Amino acid sequence: MYRYNDLDATIVRERVAQFRGQVQRRLTGELSEDEFRPLRLMNGLYLQLHAYMLRVAIPYGLLSSRQLRTLAHIAEKYDRGYGHFTTRQNIQYNWPKLVDVPDILAELADVEMHAIQTSGNCIRNISSDHFAGVIADEIEDPRPYAEIMRQWSTFHPEFSYLPRKFKIAFSGAVNDRAAVAFHDIGFRTVKNDRGEVGFAVYVGGGMGRTPMIGKLVREFVEKKHLLTYTEAIMRVYNEFGRRDHLFKSRIKILVHELGLEEFRRLVEDEWAYTKDSALVLTDAEIARVAAFFTPHLYEKITEPVAAFEQAKAENKAFAAWIAHNTHAHKAPGYRIVSVSLKKTGIAPGDVTDAQMRAIADLADAYSFGEIRATHEQNLVLADVRQADLLELWKKLDGQGLASANIGTLQDIICCPGLDYCSLANARSIPIAMEIAEHFDRMDYLYDLGELKIKMSGCINACGHHHVGHIGILGVDKKGEEFYQITLGGSAADDAAIGQIIGPAFSRDAIIPALERLLGYYVATREEGERFLDTLRRVGIKPFKEHVYATH
Amino acid sequence: MPLIKDRRVVDDAWTHVAADAAALPAGDIIVPLAVWKSRKEELSARNGGLGLKLEPGEHPGEIVDDLPRFSVIALNFPNFRDGRAYSYARLLRERYGFKGEIRAVGDVGRDQMFFMARCGINAFEVKAGKSIEDALAALSDFSVTYQNAADTPLPFFRR
Ligand code: HEM
Ligand code: SF4
Repeated sequence: MYRYNDLDATIVRERVAQFRGQVQRRLTGELSEDEFRPLRLMNGLYLQLHAYMLRVAIPYGLLSSRQLRTLAHIAEKYDRGYGHFTTRQNIQYNWPKLVDVPDILAELADVEMHAIQTSGNCIRNISSDHFAGVIADEIEDPRPYAEIMRQWSTFHPEFSYLPRKFKIAFSGAVNDRAAVAFHDIGFRTVKNDRGEVGFAVYVGGGMGRTPMIGKLVREFVEKKHLLTYTEAIMRVYNEFGRRDHLFKSRIKILVHELGLEEFRRLVEDEWAYTKDSALVLTDAEIARVAAFFTPHLYEKITEPVAAFEQAKAENKAFAAWIAHNTHAHKAPGYRIVSVSLKKTGIAPGDVTDAQMRAIADLADAYSFGEIRATHEQNLVLADVRQADLLELWKKLDGQGLASANIGTLQDIICCPGLDYCSLANARSIPIAMEIAEHFDRMDYLYDLGELKIKMSGCINACGHHHVGHIGILGVDKKGEEFYQITLGGSAADDAAIGQIIGPAFSRDAIIPALERLLGYYVATREEGERFLDTLRRVGIKPFKEHVYATH
Repeated sequence: MPLIKDRRVVDDAWTHVAADAAALPAGDIIVPLAVWKSRKEELSARNGGLGLKLEPGEHPGEIVDDLPRFSVIALNFPNFRDGRAYSYARLLRERYGFKGEIRAVGDVGRDQMFFMARCGINAFEVKAGKSIEDALAALSDFSVTYQNAADTPLPFFRR
């Protein structure tokens, strides 16, 4: 993985010193909360319902075991013994004290981490495919480009006061696992007809109250132009993005209002100036960064691995875990392991300090000391030998981290909601937990197959409900918590925004409504159809009729 | 009013002229774009330095041909969250070759000045009530940078 050089380390250190000064000025009253707010927001420090929340960046979701141990240490020393992995591959702490934050940042800096640009109207943490570098359908590992983008966007002097926050994602594979269509800019690695690898660039995707799917602005941008082309987009957005209305200031609204053609023309006009600038990436720089992401030294293993096959045959629970929580690795004899943070009874994405330490140890023992965070709020050990899987599974199970529910109904994405968030209309975490607990018969879950339930406590859509196969949105009805259900969303290649099925449900009525939806699916599906496929085949109407039928 | 210019605290000799001013004061003046557009001849005929103030949305591309007439371009930040003028400053320096003073006016605080300076702003009317010495120190918050900008022609990987 990428290691800091002097430049990276110096910037992060100087940032800690700068923020320490800002906190000091706040504590002495020299800065009012109003003046301090934008400063702390530039550093991932939010004021929530009960306390400050600190969001720490995990660039493209990649962590070393050493970094994870520091995250555990911070949870233990400065928080209440846990952290929360978010939908953008970051981690959040819900209870830090303001006076401690500079020290937390200093501890992070010691392990090459920071909270820079995890909030504020700037270019946020760069996200990427959590299977990057190890998955067979990959055209090229996107992480070097995500890292190049991280560096360029860090304290960008021109683009730190944008109209609104700006999120960039990279996918290097044929199948999109990074939700690139729902980012302000999504880069997809593609090959052109000459066999050269570059990027297809999608702009203007996003969630929130106006969900939109990103539009293809350029089919092919050469790698060396990654930054020049991005600079052109950013400059157009900085000039023309709306600043008169908070809800209209994301780039998706600009693209929508100008129209794709006009937006593209503006970007191309600007690019004509920036294209030959010093910002063109050099081969040497691309090679320097790429060298940090060369494949691990995998053993040559021939499949099948007898012990592994035998364990699967003998142990049903292990086999179920293999089937749901592991993926094919591009190197024979290895598998990619998803560590489920969706155990029933636990808030999706929450991990204790002890669990973090245990995962760090397991990464050292079985997976080259690396861990990845996913945008679906799970973790990944990407490089595990098949022969080690049984042992790993037992150890994960001992930590409550082996729920064999990845990709199933229980693998719910969920925002913090009313338990933490001042903007919430309704609670979300307890509902997600109720749903997971109610649908806890694994053979039923496996029979339902891939099903993505995503839930937000308000229309800001932090929990990505718009792109849930089933989305659940907390709404306020005369002071009472209600929940609207949407159907048919997807954040994958078949990107789609869910449609509202009808009047919202009271909290008690959600699970019965889900039961009816799923019952209708099971009765209606054809061989091999996922929930989403059946829904697309028959349309939303019969589902709706079934849910609201009064008999 | 004191001004930070080229990393020193200096006395400001320039007077801002309001958009609706009837008579133009003597000496060095900075005028809004509307005044420049409507009173070009009068402004060109007078003695004393001339500066132009641009608001967000008044893109310097509109006045490229007039640039040689101004010794100062003042970029207004009515609110520090409005970051359009960062682009204006870079374009003035890097694309339109403006060599005179570019000053930040309006909601100019120390926590933005490092970025402003990188974009080519070399003078700062620091907002009232804040220590100008502290603001000056903030220009050195960072000793290293990644990007090329008005202050550094090359990104770090070409330096
Ligand atoms: C204190 C209140 C809030 C909490 C606790 C919260 C929580 C979160 C979390 C955990 C994420 C994933 C974060 C990441 O890793 O970057 C997120 C993303 C997001 N948040 Fe929030 N958020 C809050 C306020 C807001 C506000 C004020 C808005 C918009 C007005 C908003 C809109 C979004 C959106 C739209 C996303 C992701 C999708 C996208 O960017 O298109 N959130 N939020
Ligand atoms: S979706 Fe709404 S309730 Fe949930 S965290 Fe975001 S702002 Fe808060």
